[in-house]
Amino acid sequence: MTATLPDASPASLRRFLHGLPGVDEVGAHGRVAMLGTRSIKNQAKAWAIDLAIRMVDLTTLEGMDTPGKVRALCAKALRPDPTDPTTPSVAAVCVYGDLVQVAREVVGDRVHVAAVATAFPSGRASLAVKLMDTREAVAAGADEIDMVIDRGAFLAGDFALVHDEIVAVKDACGPAHLKVILETGELRTLDNVRRASWLAMLAGADFIKTSTGKVVPAATPHVTLVMLEAVRDFEQATGRRVGVKAAGGIRTSKDAIKYLVLVNETVGDAWLDPDHFRFGASTLLNDLLQQRQRMATGHYSGPDYVTID
Amino acid sequence: MSERIEVRKTYKLFIGGAFPRSESGRSYEVAAADGTFLANAAKASRKDARDAVLAARKGFIAWSAATAYNRGQVLYRVAEVMEGRRGQFAADVQAAEGCAARDAQAQVDAAIDRWVWYAGWTDKLAQALGSANPVAGPYFNFSLPEPTGVVAASAPQDSSLLGLVSVVAPIVAAGNAAVVIASHGRPLPAITLTEVLATSDVPAGTINVLTGDPAESMPWLASHADVNALDLTGIVDPELAATLERDAAGTVKRVRRPERPDWYGTPSLSRLRGVLETKTVWHPLGV
Repeated sequence: MTATLPDASPASLRRFLHGLPGVDEVGAHGRVAMLGTRSIKNQAKAWAIDLAIRMVDLTTLEGMDTPGKVRALCAKALRPDPTDPTTPSVAAVCVYGDLVQVAREVVGDRVHVAAVATAFPSGRASLAVKLMDTREAVAAGADEIDMVIDRGAFLAGDFALVHDEIVAVKDACGPAHLKVILETGELRTLDNVRRASWLAMLAGADFIKTSTGKVVPAATPHVTLVMLEAVRDFEQATGRRVGVKAAGGIRTSKDAIKYLVLVNETVGDAWLDPDHFRFGASTLLNDLLQQRQRMATGHYSGPDYVTID
Repeated sequence: MSERIEVRKTYKLFIGGAFPRSESGRSYEVAAADGTFLANAAKASRKDARDAVLAARKGFIAWSAATAYNRGQVLYRVAEVMEGRRGQFAADVQAAEGCAARDAQAQVDAAIDRWVWYAGWTDKLAQALGSANPVAGPYFNFSLPEPTGVVAASAPQDSSLLGLVSVVAPIVAAGNAAVVIASHGRPLPAITLTEVLATSDVPAGTINVLTGDPAESMPWLASHADVNALDLTGIVDPELAATLERDAAGTVKRVRRPERPDWYGTPSLSRLRGVLETKTVWHPLGV
């Protein structure tokens, strides 16, 4: 791995990020396909499903979100399956900044409240607006901030601008954890995903997150693999452990378990907890609950036995 | 002229409008009534049954939302396409059941007529089974039949085509989606029927056909919480049927018990009524 880390100067960042080894795209797809064939059954599956539930950031990011919908979502986050009290709570609820207070009133300190900030999802606003957005969300009670990077600046090669923006937002977060959304669906190449991951981590991200969920493709296993390799290498280089959040497009328990296999085989079981790996999802939770019911009752469950969100 | 190379047949399942292999990778040999080898058919596993229910649930959304008139047209289209394949169906039935060519042809004709009969009923069910009810209050009160949802059925083991059609057609004519397990020993007419269904405007997932042993997949369908009704016509073992009825009770499914009807007899509304729920609406009258 690269021996010396860059300082924040444009030239130093550019030299470092372009000096990162290229990603073997065919190899990444191949490794994901190979790990995807792992068969996880019975007790291991039950354990994985509970872990996946604990890793879910239960998300609603729609223009039509109402305080009532957010309250219902929060109730579900606390007790995902009221018919089975052994079901764990999810990691966090993820809402727009103006609904943070509503969410916080319901969940108290029992689950985290994450807010998307910095002109989510496009990130097209001035830095002052982005910082105000962040401060307001934190003041309203968010303890996790999901920010988007300026993909336009990143693709134009202006790494220092992206870097400085993340640093400024991290500063505005105060005690809140910062998740940096790379929006990998817009970064075009896996080399760019690796560069953006490093850039976000160098700027102080606590988590790097694949996508907003508003762009297709959202999270894909091979992109997540590249990001997991980046956090592993970053920990080796700096000693700081950064988390990864796969968001968008993960809808089935089967897919979620494939991601857990990927995490375990890439960065090890130190990342197999909600502080270091998350799923950003809305429909995934219902499928996890149906699979959990299937394992508890011995027969297949159906969508009539979980809530409609 | 040189001898033709034999075309060996290994048929697949029909799930969600596609023809996948069994998830288990298994198949079984299908023999004619006289014991000669006919083809290989896929042997559905419990996961195939699960996938079929998922596909049926998706199919139900489109099929139940279609107008009753449109459903009738689509089902009539199935009969049209079957009519064009009469010869193939007759050969399939004759090989499977070992009957005379004339009897096989009679069964195929009766099966096509059965489709037409049920196709005609789609937009008449509300009139025949619904009602405007007199009530003591300023309300207009009416009852309407609505499809129950996903219906899992075991097709009869003996009547390979007419029996199958008599089981499936009322399920879909009423607006439900079907997961049907074809006759275990005589699946080839059912497989030919799937090729007809795939090319006759029936929305994907409305009818899903599995081949294999119903004793293996039916218990999973009977207990499946997303299946709304169960048709046990093809279950010959009374103990298995009783077990399936008990399993179905866990999620309060409608169950049609095993039966050995005369398939050539005049059909009735009984099969349609068995897969319909009645919704009663109280509508306030204007002054």
